[in-house]
Parts: sequence; structure tokens; C-alpha cells
Amino acid sequence: MVLYSLTFYLFSSVAVLSALMVISAKNPVHSVLFLILSFVNASGLFVLLGAEFLAMILVVVYVGAVAVLFLFVVMMLDINFVKLREGFLQYLPFGALLGIVLVIELGILFLTDRSSNIYNNQTPLQPIVNEVENTKMIGQILYTEYFYLFQICGIILLVAMIGSITLTLRDKGGVKRQNIASQNTVNASTAIEKKKVKIGEGI
Amino acid sequence: MITLEHYLFLGAIIFTLGVLGIFLNKKNLIIILMSIELILLSVNINFIAFSAYINDISGQIFAMLTLTVAAAEAAIGLAILVVFFRNLGSIEVNKINQLKG
Repeated sequence: MVLYSLTFYLFSSVAVLSALMVISAKNPVHSVLFLILSFVNASGLFVLLGAEFLAMILVVVYVGAVAVLFLFVVMMLDINFVKLREGFLQYLPFGALLGIVLVIELGILFLTDRSSNIYNNQTPLQPIVNEVENTKMIGQILYTEYFYLFQICGIILLVAMIGSITLTLRDKGGVKRQNIASQNTVNASTAIEKKKVKIGEGI
Repeated sequence: MITLEHYLFLGAIIFTLGVLGIFLNKKNLIIILMSIELILLSVNINFIAFSAYINDISGQIFAMLTLTVAAAEAAIGLAILVVFFRNLGSIEVNKINQLKG
């Protein structure tokens, strides 16, 4: 139990600190790298909670795809980031005040809810270790009970893919492409052209 | 002992950091997108913590749906950002009203 607590505090403190660095780093590349660190630590927390499949998905999807996409965009575009940081300190006091108020309010909500919540009569809650492993449980429920949601997920990803391709696709002028239809309609009368060339001149 | 409230606090702190990131970096579109990712991460932490402590696997399914939406959102957002940068040569948010029709 002590080891569990220590691991929780380790993962969560690194996750919070790296989340802080994401929003305060001067260089956006560092921001993306801290975002990756935050996600890796969150996936460690998911393992602690017994959601191994989600933890691995988080690493694969976020670190493998989304964060690399961010890195790609940050490095591909030539952006003046110093100019974009203007006004950071201007909003810091107000933003910090707002953040502190938000955290305190949420904390009060969690702490006072103890007296009237649905777990009132139960023993202190613990993650329950199941006999069936996590991936199998998700598979059993995802393809039966939540099948339509699963399909909608696929449609959402398809729409996102088509949308981002059509947004970024642009037609460059001056590219020569093969036109098979016009090639097939060529016959002797259209392919050959007679010209009278004057003596001493080219075409 | 780690209770559900610990995880909820962690989610609240990361959520607040995400909102704060949108406040502070209000010119930089990339950081704003990353802050949205942080907010969605905190949502995921809450889903999975509730799922583990109530011992109901449905929370993890919904966390997966959140993950899907987050991936789609990042892809579309970055595509819009690339087009925006191509047209204006900058990613300042206060110029973004030029995106309209």
C-alpha cells in the first residue's frame, strides 16, 4: 500500500509539473516534449488503476501519433515564437488567480460530497483486481454493448482524415500528369500534323 | 492510502493547468491546442478513476471515445493551423477572424 501511494505521488507530481511546463515553456518544441512526459506519466497512473489497455493506447496514440504530429507542425512551420509570447506576463496574475479559485472550488466539491454521495455506506474504495484481464473485459463489452459507439468512432476518424486532407491539399500549377483518356483517343489523323517549312527556317 | 479524491484532485489540477494555458498563451495557437489535449487528458483520468473505483468497465470505454475525439480534434486543428499559416504567414490568434468565408 505504501508502494502504491509512493508510485501515485511520483507519477502524479511529474504529470502536474510537466503540464505546468507545457504551458510555460518558451520553446514550443520543449512544450511538446513535456506534453509527451505528461502523457507517459498519466499512462503510468492508468496502470496503477488497473486499466492497462488504455495506458498502452494512450502511449501509442498520443506519444506515437498526436505528439509527433505536433512536433512535425512546430518544426515544419517557420514561426516567430518570441513575438507570440507577448502578453504572457500581462495575463499571469489574473490567470493564476482564476486557476487557484478553480482548483479550490473543485477541491471543496470533492471533499464535501463525501457525506451525501452514493458510496456513503461502503467501505473506502479500492481499485478492484478482476479475474478477467482488462483487455478481455474491454473487448467483451466494446463489441457487444457499445458496438454502435465503436462504429461512430470509426466514422469520426474517417471524417477527420478526409477533412484534414482536403484542408491541406493544394493544387500546384505546372505539374504534368498523365491523361490516359486523351492518350487512348489519339489516332493517325490527330497524332500527325503536316507543316510546310520554309527553306532556311525552323519550325 | 490513495482514494478516489486523490485522482479527482489530480484531474482538477491538470484541467486547471489546461485552462490556464489557454489564458496565458492566447496568441499561440499551437500551445492552445496542447492545452486542449491536457484538458482531455484530465477528463480521461477522471473517467478511468471512476471506472476503477466503481468497478465498472464502461468508464474505460468512454475514455477510449474521448481519446478518439482528441485524436480527430488534433488532426483537424493542426490542418487548419497549417492552412492558416500558409495564407497569413503567422499563427496569431487575433488574426484568425480572417478565416471566415
